[in-house]
Amino acid sequence: MPFGLLKHAFGARDPRALPLPADLKPTYDVVIIGGGGHGLATAYYLARDHGITNVAVLDKGYLGGGNTARNTAIIRSNYLTAEGVRFYDESLRLFRDLSNDFGYNILYSERGHLTLAHTDAAVATMRWRAEVNKHCGVESELIFPDDIAKIAPPLNLSPNARYPVLAALYHAPGAIARHDAVAWGYAIGAARHGIALHQKTEVTAIAREKGRVVGVETSRGPIACDTVLQAVAGHSSLVAKMAGFRLPIRTVPLQACVSQPLKPFLDPIVVSGSLHTYISQSDRGEMVMGGATDPYSLYSPRSTLEFKEQLMSHMLEQFPALAEVKVLRQWAGLADMTPDFSPVMGETPVENYYIDAGWGTWGFKATPVCGKRNAELIATRKVPGIIAPFRLARFAEFAQMGERGAASVGH
Amino acid sequence: MKIMICPLNGPCNISEFVCAGEVRPSPDPNGATDEAWADHVFMHDNAATVVREWWCHVPSTTWFIAERDTVSDEIVRTYPAREVFSERVAYAKSYGGGEQQ
Repeated sequence: MPFGLLKHAFGARDPRALPLPADLKPTYDVVIIGGGGHGLATAYYLARDHGITNVAVLDKGYLGGGNTARNTAIIRSNYLTAEGVRFYDESLRLFRDLSNDFGYNILYSERGHLTLAHTDAAVATMRWRAEVNKHCGVESELIFPDDIAKIAPPLNLSPNARYPVLAALYHAPGAIARHDAVAWGYAIGAARHGIALHQKTEVTAIAREKGRVVGVETSRGPIACDTVLQAVAGHSSLVAKMAGFRLPIRTVPLQACVSQPLKPFLDPIVVSGSLHTYISQSDRGEMVMGGATDPYSLYSPRSTLEFKEQLMSHMLEQFPALAEVKVLRQWAGLADMTPDFSPVMGETPVENYYIDAGWGTWGFKATPVCGKRNAELIATRKVPGIIAPFRLARFAEFAQMGERGAASVGH
Repeated sequence: MKIMICPLNGPCNISEFVCAGEVRPSPDPNGATDEAWADHVFMHDNAATVVREWWCHVPSTTWFIAERDTVSDEIVRTYPAREVFSERVAYAKSYGGGEQQ
């Protein structure tokens, strides 16, 4: 390693560094709007699996600077519908190999994931989820306070708590990863294959002819292209409007915060859908905490006192030891909420204009599978079966994919 | 604490209110197609600008209309729904009054 450092000191470019910005070409085969995890992953798999490299990834800000960097980095596949479980499980399996794939550590860390149940109704939903998960080959089981205490010793399991814990859904493969590293890994991988990454390049219009996309206007000039993928979580409705269609989405802020770093004391991720709390300990020792989405739609990632009051009142009951701990940082992301808590993927009313949206509070964990399947869709022009249930047309067909019962965040 | 002005009760904490989405015309209940209903129920403009929305002051069940900037979170104006909806909607007779079909 010292020799490696020395070599870079004498001018050789670090192979992990992104290439320097290039000029915008007038034509690309594929334009990906949005340089977050999903867009960059799509670019990476387009190049690696399908040999399509005449691709531009455009971002109005910087790579991975939006919701990719604002989630709480939880990865799990214990969903409620068989279609959802299959989809997120493929993502989880791809995540496991990413560090080797990239030659770049994404700090993937399997911790186990506990979803607490405080009511009989919640226990019934957990039982249902556990059965669906096991049927799909995903490790997931209902456990009771004796076993919960072994997995999460600091958790307050007293029957005298305001909302006592009756049971929990335990999902052993539940994991966390460094979200920035996932975006950078995909970006570096895509750039190595010759894909152009254009930051600070805002799309201002979508050019269409006879119901088909033919290019995009950007703040740095026009681009002609055959195919466009929109992957702009948080601003999906605004970009779709430029392409001439509406989405079943409301944009709502989702706030989160981290505490000062502590010595490792909490191994699993602990979530309560009823109390609107989730918590995990990062590799740096910070407690990463989040709660419910804001009560009304907004495009501003601001923070509110109400959020912290609501979150901490329940958090301190679950983990009384946190009472003396200080909040270090807070932030918000913009969650594109769909009515059925499932994404919107695949074809749109505009030909060759594909969408990857509606990622509400469940987008980070889907990054690899979205990239892989979006790339397959663009390369083959056939909708892969695994993302077909999430088509935009499902709303007109009244065929929603209800995942509200599996959402870990309260809404 | 963020304050919203209820047209009936005056200034109140925003946590006393719920938002019920964009103000927009309903499809014709007698003639609209399934597609028109699906579009009405599920699709949203979700615009980043000053929007006109239905809000309700929950403790008093007061429904009213608010103009709100969805970028700055500023509440521009709140007013009773009668400013916008001045006439009763005339539904077809078969929908009203418990008539025998």
